[in-house]
Amino acid sequence: MTTKEERTTPEVEELSPADKAHIARDAREARIRQLLRDDDELLGKAYDSRLVKRLFTYITPYKNSLIVAVILMTISSLMGTAGPAIIGFAIDKGIRAGSLDVLRFWTLVFLFTTVAEWLTNRARVRIMAFVGTKIVADVRSELFRHLHRLTLNFYSNYSVGRLMSRLIGDVGVLLDFVTWSITGLFRSVFNLVGITVAMLLLSWQLALVAFAVMPLMLILTNYWRDRVRQAYRATRQRLALINGYLNESISGIRVTKSFSREERNFQHFDDLNLSFFDANIQATRLSALFFPGVDFIGALATALVVGVGGWLVLGDALTAGTLVAVVLYVERFFDPIRELAQRYNTFQATMAASERLFELLDLEPDMVDAPGAVPLPQIQGEVEFKDVSFAYRQEGRSVLKNINLRAEPGDRIALVGETGAGKSTIIRLLSRFYDVTDGALTIDGHDVREVTSDSLRQQLGIVLQDTFLFTGTVADNIRYGRLNASDEEVLVASKAVGAHDFISRMPDGYDSEVGENGSNLSVGQRQLVSFARALLADPRILILDEATSSVDTATERIIQRALDTLMEGRTSFVIAHRLSTIINADQIIVLDHGRIIEQGTHQELLARRGRYFNLYTMQWAQQNRPTFSVN
Amino acid sequence: MTEEQDNRPPKANSTWRLLGYLRPYGRYFSLAYIAMLLGTGLNLIVPQIIAWAIDYGLSEGSGITLIIAGAIIMGIALVRGVLGFTQRYYGEWLTNRVAYDLRNEFYNAVQYQPFAFHDQSHTGDLMSRATSDISESERFAGIGLMDLTATILLLVGVVVAMMLESVPLALLAMIPLPILLIVTIHFGMTVEPMFKRIQEQMGVLSTVMQESLTGIHVVKAFAREPHELNKFDRENNEWFDRRQGLIKKWANNWPFMTFLIMMSVFLLLWFGGPKALEGEITVGALFALISYALMLNTPVQRLGFLVNLAATAGASASRVFEIMDLPREVVDRSEALGLTDVKGDVKFEHVSFSYRDGLHVLADVDFHAKPGARVALIGPTGSGKTTITNLIPRFYDATSGQIFVDGHDVRDLQLKSLRSHIGIVLQEPFLFSQTVKENIAYGRTDASMEDIVAAAEVARAHDFILELDNGYDTRVGERGVTLSGGQKQRIAIARALLADPRILILDDSTSSVDTETEHLIQEALSELMKGRTTFIIAQRLLTLKHADCILVVDDGRIVERGTHEQLLAEAGLYRQIYDMQLKDQEEFVALQDRMAPEAGG
Repeated sequence: MTTKEERTTPEVEELSPADKAHIARDAREARIRQLLRDDDELLGKAYDSRLVKRLFTYITPYKNSLIVAVILMTISSLMGTAGPAIIGFAIDKGIRAGSLDVLRFWTLVFLFTTVAEWLTNRARVRIMAFVGTKIVADVRSELFRHLHRLTLNFYSNYSVGRLMSRLIGDVGVLLDFVTWSITGLFRSVFNLVGITVAMLLLSWQLALVAFAVMPLMLILTNYWRDRVRQAYRATRQRLALINGYLNESISGIRVTKSFSREERNFQHFDDLNLSFFDANIQATRLSALFFPGVDFIGALATALVVGVGGWLVLGDALTAGTLVAVVLYVERFFDPIRELAQRYNTFQATMAASERLFELLDLEPDMVDAPGAVPLPQIQGEVEFKDVSFAYRQEGRSVLKNINLRAEPGDRIALVGETGAGKSTIIRLLSRFYDVTDGALTIDGHDVREVTSDSLRQQLGIVLQDTFLFTGTVADNIRYGRLNASDEEVLVASKAVGAHDFISRMPDGYDSEVGENGSNLSVGQRQLVSFARALLADPRILILDEATSSVDTATERIIQRALDTLMEGRTSFVIAHRLSTIINADQIIVLDHGRIIEQGTHQELLARRGRYFNLYTMQWAQQNRPTFSVN
Repeated sequence: MTEEQDNRPPKANSTWRLLGYLRPYGRYFSLAYIAMLLGTGLNLIVPQIIAWAIDYGLSEGSGITLIIAGAIIMGIALVRGVLGFTQRYYGEWLTNRVAYDLRNEFYNAVQYQPFAFHDQSHTGDLMSRATSDISESERFAGIGLMDLTATILLLVGVVVAMMLESVPLALLAMIPLPILLIVTIHFGMTVEPMFKRIQEQMGVLSTVMQESLTGIHVVKAFAREPHELNKFDRENNEWFDRRQGLIKKWANNWPFMTFLIMMSVFLLLWFGGPKALEGEITVGALFALISYALMLNTPVQRLGFLVNLAATAGASASRVFEIMDLPREVVDRSEALGLTDVKGDVKFEHVSFSYRDGLHVLADVDFHAKPGARVALIGPTGSGKTTITNLIPRFYDATSGQIFVDGHDVRDLQLKSLRSHIGIVLQEPFLFSQTVKENIAYGRTDASMEDIVAAAEVARAHDFILELDNGYDTRVGERGVTLSGGQKQRIAIARALLADPRILILDDSTSSVDTETEHLIQEALSELMKGRTTFIIAQRLLTLKHADCILVVDDGRIVERGTHEQLLAEAGLYRQIYDMQLKDQEEFVALQDRMAPEAGG
């Protein structure tokens, strides 16, 4: 913290340190701008009617409630606006005219408006609480559903962290807007109009006197608006940087410590923090100027009204009560303006947030079911690739070329080849995460494009490299494979894959919590649970991306056995890493640059002394673990 | 950390401590509060002037009075404008400055926590302390406290001013005030737990969403979208209910507060009106009383918020201080040595280690690794291999026994200098969302571009880096490209190479990479190990065969030690592991040895 002194704001510094601070700040801002280069938030338009219209489509289902709310708000505003006028009448027509009855009458009218304002406001806020919260729940739900329609291709480009900031951050901004700002905007505008009308009706001369300050108001607002927009945007961006860096610092703390980078990291954090502070002060200076400015203009209007009005009263052109009422209105006239200005930041943030949300909602899923798609009937597990070619739509480069491949029910197919050879693509086509570009892929003679993808996937078992478990109990996670499975069935599945032993040793057995992403379990245990999950689903076709993560010997043995159990009697496609899997396969498919270059059993391919032989000797030789099933 | 929450300091202390953050900025604090005081006072005078203008100006027909009144109002407005600016600007300045200080302090507190802390803490929890708790605290310490003071002063001032006008009428107007205060404070208090419940539910909802998106492969693989959507709907609806409940509470309260203020005005008109009629008080006085009552409307609505803020700020600040107060990582002794020109001699003498819970992890570990030696550690998961390697860079301190590097007890060395000579490559490397270049230079920020490229080449990373869009300037992570596990690993190896440590700790297992990449990583690792004292958590037969010494760890003890051949002959645990796990690699090791010359290395 030694650097703090020289970094405090220039106002309290001597001249030369102030210059130094200035130079330091410029350098810092230059660094920050580098980081902001590829920021999500563009300045955009201050008001985008396209966005606003679309926001309003979410309100349509609650149109009736909203109309009621607006009516209630109109009433409450009318009642509120009428208050000063009624007080004015009570003073003029009652007290000054010396009539107690009239005074009583207007006093009771005042009571009535007060009660009416109270009740209508109460009802309105309740309605808006429902509508506003509901809209936000709807938007979040729509976005979440939409995300589940998108293919995995999308997820490889869009991190979960960013998605979460859409679902929580941006939706939260919207929540602020719909709950308070919609009716707030209505009310402010309505009050502004109402007060203007009331003043004109009471005394048009005085009203005009009060409105004489409007040009000043316009100048002030114009000066303020653009600047404050920039300033708030700068603060939002910098806050995002701070939070991002903080998050990363925590996740990467072990690396930081092993390289002793704490001090440098702190310097960088301090840069971000100070830049955020500066941006905030900039925004503050603007609002600190604006709001007293509005107050001052308001006072100017009051002074003018008192001066001119008083003179009119002296000339008997105006009653004192009217003057009092107008003075009260002038003071209120500036409230809605202040309120609108205060909502300006929310409004800007809403524009930016909804733009990002809509952009996400507008993404079309890469793949949807064909219009006439039928559910896939119960299958045997016969798979055929007929002249299949595939290219990713964006890139155009073909990833698979003329793949011909046939698997009989129960066959084990091992896919081998270098990175980018096309192994994963074959698996993705089979899982129908993508559709073939050319040729056809059939399962039991059904072209996969003619069946619904849900019905297809329900008969596939997919076990991927990184086993993912959900927070919940072990039993919950196994049951994910078949939601209506009985406890008995869960037990049978976990016994079959050899997971029962460790599960029953856990403190709560099957009811033990696995923790966030299974953190209470070891890597091997997680794999076993995911095998049990797949087994319970009992698919006819199994797709397996073998992991080669480090587990101890005993676990590895169990995993080997579990894999055998899992593949037993099912058509299996395996991206193989374990030698045992490869050697025991009915067919080994050797891929290179999207083509099948060799195909056959282990013995056949070894005899050929081709690519497989090379791979086998050069690579698996040193990296494979227990191969007790090889004899 | 949940256990510690019970004995954390009480809220009130935290509130005082939070306010202590204002102390260094006394000058700004005084400016803001003096401006606030004067501003509030002026606000109270305005109705007086208008009343005076109404009574004297209008009743006595003196035009000059009106002009004077107008001029005074203007003058006051001008002064008020200046005061308003000062109050707002310096108030916000204090708010942001406290936030800045808290954030910096929090950041360093987290950075300097020992490993044991990070083993147990959750990123999400720390983040929520750093964001929402700090922002809650700053708002109270800055603007919140000032607003609260101003509101209370205004309330008192209005009461006094009304009393000065007319004691009986003032008392009359104040009838609704006690109810108002009770409602406000009750509201502030009940709304806090409701708000907390919403936050909690938001946490649950976030977890459901995050999990579903993180596990989207699994969701899609099992076609479980409907199940996930159901889970989501349940939590989303619960969130809706809770939030709606809060706003209903809100709806029941604030319009009622305004209503109570209006009741004051009504009482004034009902009882004061006839008095003005009879001339007992002036019309101006009645007007002033009404103005004062109306003046309370906005502050009273804010009071609910402010009471609530004051209540939550203490709790929030205590959550921030809780982390700051945790003892930091081992601090260097004053006479600690800076380590230069390390040879890489590492010696463990009767080292035992247990975590805070007293569970024994290591017992009487004793070995000596000469400079340049390659030490392989093998044993079942949880046997203590990783803990042994963690003790060398002092990520933890041994519970008993001593660890020497080049003959110095590690506790006598400056932490930074010790760690700068130790390189670590873990199984799941962590890269920062910076450029590739910055990541490689993470351990040596002054490295030249040539050095960086050279390290990348040795680490077999250069080729794929050049294929990235911006080469070495490509950003990785969140907003940049996503690297595969194997690519990350090789960048981590380049990072370690560039730092050029004398002692190396690594994990020779690589998870989830294909065979070709694995091959490259193995090559890179063997380059990295050249000429350095290396501790390897070993999975591969080849590594073990090339090791100068193998330590077989079981249940926190070194049960066997020696070279591969020696240990095989011993027929102990190593032999068992070999038979079960390693033997099958034998054939291929031989095969590879034979193939290597043919393939040209």
